Formats: sequence, C-alpha cells, structure tokens
Amino acid sequence: MPLEDYTIVIGLEVHAELATDSKLFCGCSTSFGSEANTQICPRCLGLPGTLPVLNKKAVEYAVRAGLALDCKINKFSKFDRKNYFYPDLSKAYQISQYDQPICEHGHVEFYVGGEKKVVGITRIHLEEEAGKSIHSGTSISDSDFSLEDYNRSGIPLIEIVSEPDIRSPEEARIYMETLRSILRYIGVSDCKMEEGSLRCDANISLMPKGATVFGTRTEIKNMNSFRAVQKALEYEAERHAKLLDSGEKIVQETRTWDDNLGITLSMRSKEEAHDYRYFPEPDLVPVILEDEFVTDIKNSLPELPAEKFRRYLEEFGLPEYDAELITADRDLAEYFEAVVAIYNKDYKAVSNWIMGEFMRLMNEQGIEVGEVKIKPEDFAAMLKLMDEGVISSKIAKVVFEEMFNTGKEPKTIVGEKGLVQISDSSAIEQIVADVIKDNPGPVAEYLGGKDKVLGFLVGQVMKLSKGKANPQMANEFLKKALAELSKNQ
Amino acid sequence: MDILKKSVLELRELLDKGEISSREIVQAYIDRIEKTEPKLNSFVTLTFEEALKDADRADEMIRNKTHTTLTGIPIALKDNISTYHVKTTCSSKMLENYRPPFDATVVELIKQAGMPILGKTNMDEFAMGSSTETSYFGPTKNPWNLEYVPGGSSGGSAASVAAKQAPLALGTDTGGSIRQPAAFTGIVGIKPTYGLVSRYGVVPFASSLDQVGPFARTVAESAALLSLIAQYDKYDSTSLNNPRPDYLRSLEKDVKGLRVGVPKEFFIDGLDAEVEQAVRKAVKALEDQGAEIVDIELPHSDKALATYYIVATAECSSNLARFDGVRFGHRSENTKDSVTMFKHTRAEGFGPEVKRRIMLGTYALSAGYYDAYYLKALKVRRLIKEDFDKAFTKVDVIITPTTPSTAFKFGEKVQDPIAMYLSDVFTTTANLAGIPALSMPAGLSSNNLPIGVQIIAPSLAEEVMLSTAYSIEKALGSIGLPELEV
Amino acid sequence: MSSITKETVCYVADLARLYLTDEEIEQMTESLNKILEFEEQLNSVNTDNVEPMAHAVPLNNVMREDVVEESMPIREAMLNAPDEVEGFFRVPRIIEKD
Repeated sequence: MPLEDYTIVIGLEVHAELATDSKLFCGCSTSFGSEANTQICPRCLGLPGTLPVLNKKAVEYAVRAGLALDCKINKFSKFDRKNYFYPDLSKAYQISQYDQPICEHGHVEFYVGGEKKVVGITRIHLEEEAGKSIHSGTSISDSDFSLEDYNRSGIPLIEIVSEPDIRSPEEARIYMETLRSILRYIGVSDCKMEEGSLRCDANISLMPKGATVFGTRTEIKNMNSFRAVQKALEYEAERHAKLLDSGEKIVQETRTWDDNLGITLSMRSKEEAHDYRYFPEPDLVPVILEDEFVTDIKNSLPELPAEKFRRYLEEFGLPEYDAELITADRDLAEYFEAVVAIYNKDYKAVSNWIMGEFMRLMNEQGIEVGEVKIKPEDFAAMLKLMDEGVISSKIAKVVFEEMFNTGKEPKTIVGEKGLVQISDSSAIEQIVADVIKDNPGPVAEYLGGKDKVLGFLVGQVMKLSKGKANPQMANEFLKKALAELSKNQ
Repeated sequence: MDILKKSVLELRELLDKGEISSREIVQAYIDRIEKTEPKLNSFVTLTFEEALKDADRADEMIRNKTHTTLTGIPIALKDNISTYHVKTTCSSKMLENYRPPFDATVVELIKQAGMPILGKTNMDEFAMGSSTETSYFGPTKNPWNLEYVPGGSSGGSAASVAAKQAPLALGTDTGGSIRQPAAFTGIVGIKPTYGLVSRYGVVPFASSLDQVGPFARTVAESAALLSLIAQYDKYDSTSLNNPRPDYLRSLEKDVKGLRVGVPKEFFIDGLDAEVEQAVRKAVKALEDQGAEIVDIELPHSDKALATYYIVATAECSSNLARFDGVRFGHRSENTKDSVTMFKHTRAEGFGPEVKRRIMLGTYALSAGYYDAYYLKALKVRRLIKEDFDKAFTKVDVIITPTTPSTAFKFGEKVQDPIAMYLSDVFTTTANLAGIPALSMPAGLSSNNLPIGVQIIAPSLAEEVMLSTAYSIEKALGSIGLPELEV
Repeated sequence: MSSITKETVCYVADLARLYLTDEEIEQMTESLNKILEFEEQLNSVNTDNVEPMAHAVPLNNVMREDVVEESMPIREAMLNAPDEVEGFFRVPRIIEKD
C-alpha cells in the first residue's frame, strides 16, 4: 500500500550544546574551532584521580530550557555514570542523568501548514560531550586509524527527548526548527547544526492507518541540517513502506544518513548490547533546586516565539507568514519591535522591508541581525522620508542599501547623493515637456487610444530625472500635458 | 643524636632552635632507606634529589620564619597519590611509566608546608589487596618479621614508618587500607571522615569510600599530619566545608565521663585470643581513667564485608575503565583495531586481583543483576550507617579490634580471595558509613607481632577519636619499633 | 542469586573490555562463584522500605561559577600519550575490518 496509508511515528532525541563559557565539570573553555587538544586539562582528559565540579550556569540553562518547554522542573535530580568504551570518551563513562533528570513532562507547539501541532517532551537531562574522532580515511570504516581531539570533551549538553508524537518528516523538521528558535530565544544554546552544537537522532516506525501498536523502529543518526532531518526521514519512511509491502521485516537497528547519496545506511558495526551499567556518580552530589531558584529563572525568561507570534497577529495585524518568519529569530523580532516602536503607522510596511531588502542584504553579505549597521531609528526615519515624499520608493531602496553598508542616517545619504525627490512642479513640467517632445511616436500611440503607453512615458520621466521625480506628480503632470495635447489637436 | 628516633614534634623544636637542619634530617632518612630498602621494598620510586632540594627550601622557610608545624619534616607518599612529573604507578604495570602533569591537592598542601617527599610507597595494585602481594613491583616486607606481610593496601607506607624509613607517610583507606597495615606494623593510622581530606588527584579505587589519611609512630604525630591535610577543596565536590580544628590541641582532653561503646559483633569466634585480650586491656585503660564502658550492638556489621565488596567493586569497575591505552598508561602491541587494543591493553596491564574486582563490579552493575547486587548492597549500606547513628546516641566512641588476627605470612591467603577479604572484616564498616576510624598499637603477640585496636567516632568527631587514642597510648605505653637487622 | 556461567563471564569480560584466556575464564568463573556465594548473605537482610545509600556525605548543590580557567599546555597533555601524532592521540581503526 502507498505510504499515505501508513501512520508514520517519529520521536526525536535532540542534543544541544549549552552556551556556557566553561565546560560542565572543569574550567576549560568551550569556544569552537581551536587547535586540537589545546582546551583540555587533567579533568576533561580523564586523568586518574581528577574529579568533576558541576557548572552552575549549565544547571540554570537546563532549567531555563525546561521552563521554556513547559516542563516540570524536578526538585531533586542527580548524576549517573553511563559506562561504555570509545576512544573519544576520556573517562570511559559519560556523566549523564539516568532515572532522575532535571526536567520532565513538557511540550512544544508549532504550526504545520496552518494546523497547530503539539509534541510532548518526555525529559530533558544534563550531560557532558565526548571528544571528537577524526578518521584518517574518507569514512570511519575505511580508516586504519583515527585521531582523538578532546577539546569538546566535557562541554555541557542538554538532551531533549520527545514523545513519539511526530507524524511526518516535515513535522520533524519543523519541530527541530521550533526547538532551535526557542533555545536561541532563551539564550541557552547557539544551536548551530553545522558546528554540531545542535544534533538529533530520530526513531521512526510505520504502522497501518488506524493501528495502535507501533511498528519496529530504526534509529537514524548523522543528520547535519534541518533539510537533512526531513530528507532522511522521508527516505526512511519510504524504505519501511517498501519493506512492509513486500512482506519483509524491519530490522531494529541504527542507520546513518548519507547526505551525498541521499540514503540511510545500516551502521553494520556489531550491534553492542546496550548495557551501560548506569549507577549514581559518586564524585558528584545531588542537585536540589529551591523554588526561589526556579522562580527567578522563570521570571527572567523572555517572551517566547509562540507568544510573540500570537501578539504579532493581534497587536500588529501581521499576516501569519510575516509573523512566523519574523518571530522565528529573537534578534530579528526585537529589531522589528524596535523599529515599530518609533514608526507605528504601518506595521506591514516595516515587515515588508524586513522580509525584503533587510533579509536580502543580510543573506547576500552572510551576516546576522546583530551585525547589521542600520539603527532601528534610522530605519524608521527612512520610512518617514518616504511618507513625506522626500524620497520615492525606488530611491528608498538605494538609500536603504547605503544605510545597510555604511550605517549612515538616511537624511545624510539623501543629502550627500542629492537623492531628494523632485517635487517642484515647474521642474517636473519641464521634464514632461521634454519627454513628450522626444517621443513623438509613443505620444501619438497614446493619443490614438493606447492607454498602456502612459507607463512607458512615466518611465521616461523617471529616467530623465534619474529617478528623483515624484512618481505621482510625474504621472499626474504627464496625463495633464497629454490631455492638453489631445484637446489642441 | 639519633635523628631517626626523634618524634616529629621533637624535630620541630630542634629545627626551630636551629640545632638541626631539614637537610640533615632528610639525609638521615635517605641513609636509612638506602640501608633497609633492599630487605623491605617499601618504595616504588625514590625522590632523594628533590627531597634534598625541598629540605633546603624548608630550611630557608624556617630561617624566614614562614614555616608551620611540619615544615622540614620528610614524608613518604603512597603511589596512588598524583605527584607532578613523578611516576605514580599504583603498583601496576598499567601505570609503570605514568607521570601525572599535576599534583594531588594533598601533595600541594605538603609542598606548601615545606615537607620534603622521600618517595612513593609500594601498595597492592590499585589499592586492591590486604598484603601488598598484588603489587606489580613485588611485595613489601613487614619490618617486624620479614616472613610476614605488612598488610595492605598501604603496606609500603606503613612499613616505611615502622622501619624508620620515614617519620610520616600518607596512605589511602577504602575498606581498611590504612588501619589494617597500621595494625600489622605497630603504628598509628587514621581513616578520616569521608570528605575531610581532598580526594583530588588520588587515583580512585572506590570513590564513595576512599579517603587519604596519615601514618605516624604516635597519636600526636598523626594528629599533626591530619591537621595539615584536612582542608576543604573546591576541586572535590565531596569535600566538606566545615571549620577544621587543630587536632594537636585536642589530644589532652580528659576521657573522664567519656562513653565508650564495645560492640559485641566484633568479638566473634574467629577473633584471635591475644588480639581480644589486647583490646580488652585498652578498654580497661580507658575505664581506669574514668570512661564509662557501654555494651552496644551494631547488628548489620557482619554484613559489612559482603556489602563493601559489591559497592567497592562496582565503583572500581567504572573508575578503572579509563585505563584503555589511549591517553596514558600501558598500550598493548595488539592494535588490530581499537576494541582489540582495549582488551589486550587491560589484560596485560592489570593483575589478577584487579581483573577479578573489575569483573565482579561489572557483573554487579550489569543488566539483570543491578537490583540483586548493587542496589541491595546500597540498602544494606544504609542499615549499617543507621546502626552507627543509633549507637552514637548512646556512646561517644566505639572501640574494636582492627583486624581479627595479627599479620599473616606471605602466600598464606593470596590464593583465596575470601580469606584475604576477611582481614578487612572489622574495618569496612567505617568506610561504608563515612565515619572516622583510627588504628593504634595495643601490644605485641607472643610471636612478637603488633596488635591493633580500632577507635571509631561519629562523623567529624576526629578530636574525640584522637583524645581517646592519646589516653590509651599514655596508659599502655609504646610497643616500640621493630629491631630491623640490616 | 544464581551461580555465574562461563558464558556470563565472557559477556562481562567483553563489557569490561578484558581479554581473558580460556584458562582465565575457567578460573574467573570459579572464583566469582565463590565470591557470589559469599554475597548470598545479603539476601538474608530485610531491606524493604530502605532507601539506597550511594553517598557517605550529606552534601548537595556543590557547584562552581561558570568561569574559564587556563587549560594545560599541550606538551603536558601529551606527556603520557602512548601514540601521539601532531597534537592528537592516535588510536587503531575504530571499526573492525570485515
């Protein structure tokens, strides 16, 4: 049967690196991109006798994430050791949280094709990163040796485990995007999938529509972009459907996404029994969160994207599309709000400029909102110049780009470049006269009844005025002059 | 003047008066080690050159009056305590050439105090054993009789103090590894309250049980060393942040009215008659000085050893996992792939007792057995602690034998793990409960081997533990040090 | 509590990444069984409603501020490396060859 006749069941385990300055259990820096093994100490290198001391900020961040995802914050939580051998795991155990995680029972809301979707969060726990293995060959399996770099070892992570509530690869992608948006809003993670600070593993299974028992699942790893999450799950769903249709069994296994080939591959390595021998970490003591600690964090949370989205619809009357796009990024939303705080006439105009020129220039130059040179007050000032007819919308684009590149005030740019709109009647009348004189053919056509030619003639006026003529006036004066001509004929 | 016979406190006076230098003291101990070491094998690594340099610095500190109680007094360290760039082997082939790039916190304290370090002492491999027979570098001999074990795992530290190779030493105690060798070699050894002394830089055996503690010839000297090392450490999350008294000042406290508990469970069938007699004598000495003797019960203490071997091995199986040949330590030549390398590195690097404990601990934590063994042991551990809580509502200290018998001969128990484990039968309870305990000499057996008595106190009650010991020491007199023929 | 089989010993040795010879497997099975027999005594203790005790200290919330401290020089980090290549720890292939 076709894929449409199956219910797809997906659960995601998302790992987000926390944006602390130092590691989870030692003082080494967490900054990205340093030379190998230069951000390590006896603790994160796992030298015998060293001991962990918990980073308070990481606990705060985990609680912050929990509150933003509507979780219950556990008053008592503790750390456990997850024991397994791997060259990049310096202590041969990972300090994690097993049966008493810091947050549980939350949920995330988002929209898929206009429909509201709610995905349950099973738990959020704190744990440490492993180091990184660099393989000598093109892949791990054709490498005769690997090189270990422990700079990443001990960086704090939260693992966010969802309920198996996701019903399509698209939902999975949007869920991930929503999580990123929320985690960035609350400032706990920079969530860069390309740097690995946001990662996810997905569990997927299929069952016939209407069934209640989940099918056999596979776990997909190595999806390094939002697009890859959707693509990998689409591929895997199809693969499951084909196997089920041909009466074959799904093998419960871990598969890796190959982005180049666009397929998932069995990890083939001998499936280890997952006997992690968790037990309470004796080198750390329990965390008991006082109500005040949690309340303080709660009070410091910013307005979250979902609330902002609703407010943008109600307060600013923005279309859903605009509201969603702008609120997805906290910096962008804050920029928008700073502009409309000064320019509160036409919210949609601000939104158009942001989604248009603003984002186009940002993308072109590869910069983020924080790096944009235009001050919100200058943004507003430019819109006012347009309203006052000082500049045309066409000139405005030129001014805006110049503001973007230099950070100068719009008035300064208009003055320096002589971009003030020509609104002087006599000057425009003169230009109109010149255009009529220089274009006898089109003028004749217009007079002959071809109204469309007017556009061409207006264009000529704008061209001759180097774009500075007030377009309304140009239009009006041209019509008037042509009417005169017609009368005189 | 025979420097070796002077107590640490006597040496302090001589140093302060300028009648002797730290260099002279260190040189005297170096000479003694050179003479006796071939017979005893107390040390894995000797650091004489650095010790002499440290002595000169100590003499400088004394001249500048920036010294403290132990400045200029040499010390020996158990070889599981990390020393910057000085081999720290844990008496294992695994770490035969391991040089830590950092000092343990206790080593920092010792260096700051200007105590010259004579060397690193022999031990049971990774502190797993009760006789030093599991050391990769061969056993240490008991200076009282070279055919007998010095006890373990801190046997090298104990022997070095008993044989006057060092006036002081540090050991570690997970289930009795300071107290049992102190008892076997006739000296004082202290297992402090869990959390009193930093564990940072001490290669762990079982993290929730391990404590560093002093060895000395007398109670006062051990109190002086305890005062130095008992400091809060922000790098150890289990370090207690309580005010720390000067333990030397609490010794003279009168025992009149002190309530001394004698638990009947420690006077069992297997207890050596001479040992029992010696303990009773120590109890009598306290009674004579006005202490009140109370019979108490510690009903779960007979389950302590079984509990201990699950908790300790479970933790050790995880603690010793990092010895995988990647970042430090031994690596096998068999490098077909990483997993093979791990397995052979660990097979070659660890001795049989360490492997046995790793296996037992791994088993106790593995799927399907966790509840039956590990979780069960943690529950019994709670009951053992509650026994003490209850007892300490009635008494101030508890007195017991340290070990069921005096030192045993080499080879006597090494083939039978249970028999070996049983020599810790009286000591593991204090580690499980996290409370302090001390062993001190209480006499000699008919075959001229020391007998140890154990004093157990409530959490952080080191002062009463020490003053009790001091009273016993005064009453019983010294058993002296062995006449080691060299 | 039941006795431990040779298969379990092999499974546990694999988990613990310990290579054991056939002879060692025999010996290990025997001595672990002796120890587990000794451990049987824990079964006689009633532990209903007893909270497990993993720590000996009454501490909680021991935390440090998020402050960066100096890392160690790479020479110190590599001091004991069994196989170093240009500032990396080198390990044999991670995936077994087919």
